[in-house]
Amino acid sequence: MPAPWRTPRGIITVLLLLLLAVLPLLTQAFDQRYLLSVGTRIVIWSIAAVSLNMILGYGGLVSFGHAAFLGIGGYAVGILSAEGYESGWMQWPVAIVVAVAWATLIGALSLRTRGVYFIMITLAFAQLVYYLSSGLAAYGGDDGLNISRSRFPGLIELRDKAAFYWLCFALLCATLWFCSRLVHSRFGHVLRGARSNELRMMALGFPVFRYRLAAFAIAGGFAALAGILLANDGAYISPAMMSWVKSGDLIVIVVLGGIGALFGPLYGTIAFFAVEEFLPPLLDLLHRGWGEYWQIVFGPLLVIIALYARGGIDSLLGRRHA
Amino acid sequence: MPEPLLQAQALVKRFGGLIATDNVALDVMPREIHALIGPNGAGKTTLVGQLTGNLRPDFGTIRFAGRDVTRLPIDARVRLGLARSFQITSVLRDFTALDNVALAVQAHDGHSFRFLADVRRDRGLRDRAQEGLEAVGLGRRGETLASALSHGEQRQLEIAMALAGEPKLLLLDEPMAGMGVEESQRMVELLRGLKQRCGMLLIEHDMDAVFALADRITVLVYGRAIASGSPDEIRNNAAVRQAYLGGEAP
Repeated sequence: MPAPWRTPRGIITVLLLLLLAVLPLLTQAFDQRYLLSVGTRIVIWSIAAVSLNMILGYGGLVSFGHAAFLGIGGYAVGILSAEGYESGWMQWPVAIVVAVAWATLIGALSLRTRGVYFIMITLAFAQLVYYLSSGLAAYGGDDGLNISRSRFPGLIELRDKAAFYWLCFALLCATLWFCSRLVHSRFGHVLRGARSNELRMMALGFPVFRYRLAAFAIAGGFAALAGILLANDGAYISPAMMSWVKSGDLIVIVVLGGIGALFGPLYGTIAFFAVEEFLPPLLDLLHRGWGEYWQIVFGPLLVIIALYARGGIDSLLGRRHA
Repeated sequence: MPEPLLQAQALVKRFGGLIATDNVALDVMPREIHALIGPNGAGKTTLVGQLTGNLRPDFGTIRFAGRDVTRLPIDARVRLGLARSFQITSVLRDFTALDNVALAVQAHDGHSFRFLADVRRDRGLRDRAQEGLEAVGLGRRGETLASALSHGEQRQLEIAMALAGEPKLLLLDEPMAGMGVEESQRMVELLRGLKQRCGMLLIEHDMDAVFALADRITVLVYGRAIASGSPDEIRNNAAVRQAYLGGEAP
């Protein structure tokens, strides 16, 4: 077996990470500030997608409410900042703790169901949070709220686009590192075993529910981190960041990139943003006005991937070693 | 007389109007192989389900290793030492044989809330898993994916997984199902060798295997235990021959 970084997959992944690492230098050199803002969003959504992959990919739990945790992270930062607590040292831990607590609570209820019921109940809880946030008139209600960014005095200035990008990128790397360790840990093996054969795992003596609940809580925490970054990226929070469409997008991203592949969510996010960005103008070239309906093309594309390339983009890069 | 390892008393399980388990009493002594036989539809699987915790009896108690386990969930019973193999092969198909057994070892190693250390470098775990594979004759198949093992090998793997936790009692649900003659014989030898390690409740259709292995046999017909005794007693029991063996001695 060749070393992982000598395979085509490894080379492409390393090049991709290198490209992301130096993106601010490139966008500055070519004066493409818009590209840096797209890059920032790609990195942030990748963190969210990696966190969903932990439970969907490795745990087999199709959560249709993952965006709610982003929303909770974002709103915790936004509300604290609106109330005058601007220190990131305080905001960020509070945001993550709240999200983990919420994930534990709804996980304890929804993980008692299976299959389509699990999908529906996670969606229902996410909608609950969504409508709660749009009801928060003091914090903008439906319109959302402009906030000031978290402060880390003397350490980093989040208004600096390049610095903020690098922070997001470093956190993405940390998330990927944690996920890579998790997958091959005792905990990760239990989680993956339960996806493969839940009854067997129980017959081995594993209280599967507890492990899934822990995974659900961890994933909620990392999703909240993405939400914190999202709020700081635009200095803005709104219920839209946790609409069910976003939860659906995240599932699409994970499936597109390759379920249960470490870097799958990263490939998936890049592909998703690329399609969103380039498919409409491409269709407009074919016929003026078609660009508006790009999802008519994207939908069937996803169906084809789900049917014929079950490993997503990751599987196009060659066979994976276990 | 020592206390039975497993003791079920007055078990009743109904599905609507059907009485699948009708006032059944059953026990297994330490280091005993107790076979449970009966025609299709006799309620063997339902009875096993109640013993393992997949089903809850409507009435009756189940004691295991000196405790009442009637209301304990599956995984808690397993941790007390009540392991099982499945009628339909149940291994983790996308894990290697070694990883399958390693997970079984891990299950009895205390909690698995360890998030960072790589299990593939956990020598203690790997070594014990390898020993488990060797005990069932799969020592050289560790790196093979479970889905790529032959049917007989998958059944052996199941036994290795069930044994990994050093159970007090092994519940074997048709371990010979779907096996050829040669594979069956190997399984009989394997099970005979395991008798020193734990008691067994053997549910099996293969009468050669049952009469070769069992110390005691209970016959289940229409949810009721119609006879229980040594292989010789069962072979010569008129009611059993009538109801089950079709009048012919096996």
